[in-house]
Amino acid sequence: MQDIWDILPGLGDKLAAHVVLSASAIGLAMLIALPMAVWASRSAIVSRLALSLASLVQTIPALALLALFFPLLLSLRTVFGEGLPTLGFLPALMALTLYALLPILRNAVTAQANLDEGVLEAADGVGMTKWQKLYLVEAPLSAPFIMAGIRTASVWTIGAATLATTIGQPSLGDPIFAGLQTQNWALVLAGCVASAGLALAADNLLWVIEVGLAKRSRWMTFGGMAVVGLGILAALWAQSAGSDERRIVIASKQFSEQYILAQLIGARLEAAGYAVEYRDGLGSAVVHSAVASSSIDISVDYTGTIWTNYLKRADNPGREAMYETIRDWEWRQNGVKVLGRLGFENAYAFAMRSDRAKELGVTSLTDLVGKAPNLTVGGDPEFFERPEWLAVRDAYGLRFGQSRNFAPTFMYNALASGEADVISAYTSDGRIAADRLVVLADPKGALPSYDALLMLSPRIADNKGVIAALEPLLGAISVEAMREANLAVDREDAKKLTPKAAAAELAAKIGL
Amino acid sequence: MTTPSPLLRFDGVICRFGEVTAVGAVGAGVTCDLVPGSFVALVGASGSGKSTLLKTVNTLVAPSEGRVLFAGEDVAGLKPAHLRRRVGYVFQGIGLFPHFSVAENIAIGPRLAGEKLAPQRIAELLALVELDPAYATRMPDELSGGQRQRVGVARALAGGPELLLMDEPFGALDPVTRDALGRKVRELHDALRLTTVMVTHDMAEALLLADRVLVMDKGQLVADESPRALLAGAGGPVAQRLVAVPRHQAERLAAMEAQG
Repeated sequence: MQDIWDILPGLGDKLAAHVVLSASAIGLAMLIALPMAVWASRSAIVSRLALSLASLVQTIPALALLALFFPLLLSLRTVFGEGLPTLGFLPALMALTLYALLPILRNAVTAQANLDEGVLEAADGVGMTKWQKLYLVEAPLSAPFIMAGIRTASVWTIGAATLATTIGQPSLGDPIFAGLQTQNWALVLAGCVASAGLALAADNLLWVIEVGLAKRSRWMTFGGMAVVGLGILAALWAQSAGSDERRIVIASKQFSEQYILAQLIGARLEAAGYAVEYRDGLGSAVVHSAVASSSIDISVDYTGTIWTNYLKRADNPGREAMYETIRDWEWRQNGVKVLGRLGFENAYAFAMRSDRAKELGVTSLTDLVGKAPNLTVGGDPEFFERPEWLAVRDAYGLRFGQSRNFAPTFMYNALASGEADVISAYTSDGRIAADRLVVLADPKGALPSYDALLMLSPRIADNKGVIAALEPLLGAISVEAMREANLAVDREDAKKLTPKAAAAELAAKIGL
Repeated sequence: MTTPSPLLRFDGVICRFGEVTAVGAVGAGVTCDLVPGSFVALVGASGSGKSTLLKTVNTLVAPSEGRVLFAGEDVAGLKPAHLRRRVGYVFQGIGLFPHFSVAENIAIGPRLAGEKLAPQRIAELLALVELDPAYATRMPDELSGGQRQRVGVARALAGGPELLLMDEPFGALDPVTRDALGRKVRELHDALRLTTVMVTHDMAEALLLADRVLVMDKGQLVADESPRALLAGAGGPVAQRLVAVPRHQAERLAAMEAQG
């Protein structure tokens, strides 16, 4: 187990990315909200409309708001062309900006509404034009209240920016999500401490500016602004340093195997002299489109996932035919090169505790049909929406008494504690062996195969150096080797490894 | 003898706000001339339309019908910012800018016109309203109500206006301060050869300070007399009801004194 104090110093680049993203979002929100507040102060309809819209946005969970920008930007590509980024900074910026609007807008509108009538009459009386009134009287008198709104927005934005990780924008959320997946709590804590620390620092600095504005102390106002400006500049500088050439970006979805394989691939590329960058913890749907658009260069995907989600096929032509079809389709349709199969499968399978299976007399999905109404099935958050589940349900006529969603790592705990009787397990999962689980047979062949595929984006599809570095991985990883590596990351005892260490061990094991 | 041409002319002024007619009536707008150098009090009960009529002069209110001519020009055709620099405005709310010092408040009008007031001129203006020049650097929230309105008057005079408009200028002040400041304003009016229009609901104040009293009732001018003529019983029933109040108060006070 790593110590949090060892992790924190290594978060510098995530911190810089976090600062740049949050500051840009708040800056953009100010550019939108402040003119809007001026307009709102002159029109009751605009005021009501703007505030309702901003409040509506606030009711959307931040995670969903971030995710919604991916399909939106994807559809906007028909207008702006293929160059429009759909992942990373742009969608994160847009979502966080929307999120930051409300507190700034509301405080600015309230401040304007509460200005002393006499002062406004005097401004007209001494002959100020509308603009002079705005910048000589309304703006300076509203400034402390507007600053309070900006403070609130900053704290919210810095917190919500950790979620940008899920759409491929590096942030302090990276260690949090990676730690949650691999149950590395020191990593989670380090991410939380860093982002909370950043939020507190921003809050205090902006408070100094707010007090400076209220007390009309130039020293405090400009001092606070200078420190904020320096912090943002330092983050920009840290970000731009040494990233002239585009690196090779490796994606991982939100489970341990993906983290390990990303590290394995990264290590091989680094050994071959490439600069690499990791986008960890992405949503499954995001990864596939991101590779097709070259926002990401390398991912590991699975035949069954692509077969059902992207080819929209429900039939099962057998493992080989499925692979061939997918390889051709990816190349023709997306320009994505399927370099080959890694050798193991990570298929969906239904697993039970062996004692419970014995007690119920269940060894296959067919046996389960009669017992299911009294049982609880657990699945990962997307499982019950997936075609695999629908296929199994319809093929066997399975109707469970209750179905519950768990994060993949917690699913096994739920099975152990009896909160679930059956779970949707993954065949490469180390805990199947470790927990001595029974994998139920699928006599009707309803579940498709899930060969792990190495996918290259159109940008590097013909890159001979990359291909040469990665070819030794093809067919090299057995399901046993993968299970062992996965277990090493998922276990919670002293033998727990980081994904990076587990990747190194896996590399040694397969002779690379 | 020729009458001097008016500095200010109300020509059939009607002000409507939705259904309510605040100044004038159908077919009968307010019409009246004010000559340079006069100190005119505009008196009436609350809601009689006196403040609204005053604000048509510096275009804080635009008349629905009719015109207001300032030195022969229709104020609607003048740039508001230019007009308001020639017309000083003092009102009950005072409206000192809380984020400006006293000096900055006084200098705001000239500053808007691109002119910087010298500290000496600020000191002069402060002296006119009987404030120590040391007040220049204070902030408005460090002043008493009376001191604030003195600064308000100094601000209205800073641009060297031809016309001074005052809307219940002493309404929020205690009686002693009110009396002192009233006299001071009359003194300044004479010394600076101003033309002054003062809105007030206090007939005693109007009689003591003005040389011409206009009485308004329900949006219409119902009396236009000198203070002496009003005291002699002219101006009609509305004006006389207003005159009766201070007169009875004075009589009762005199009677109490006589009883000793």
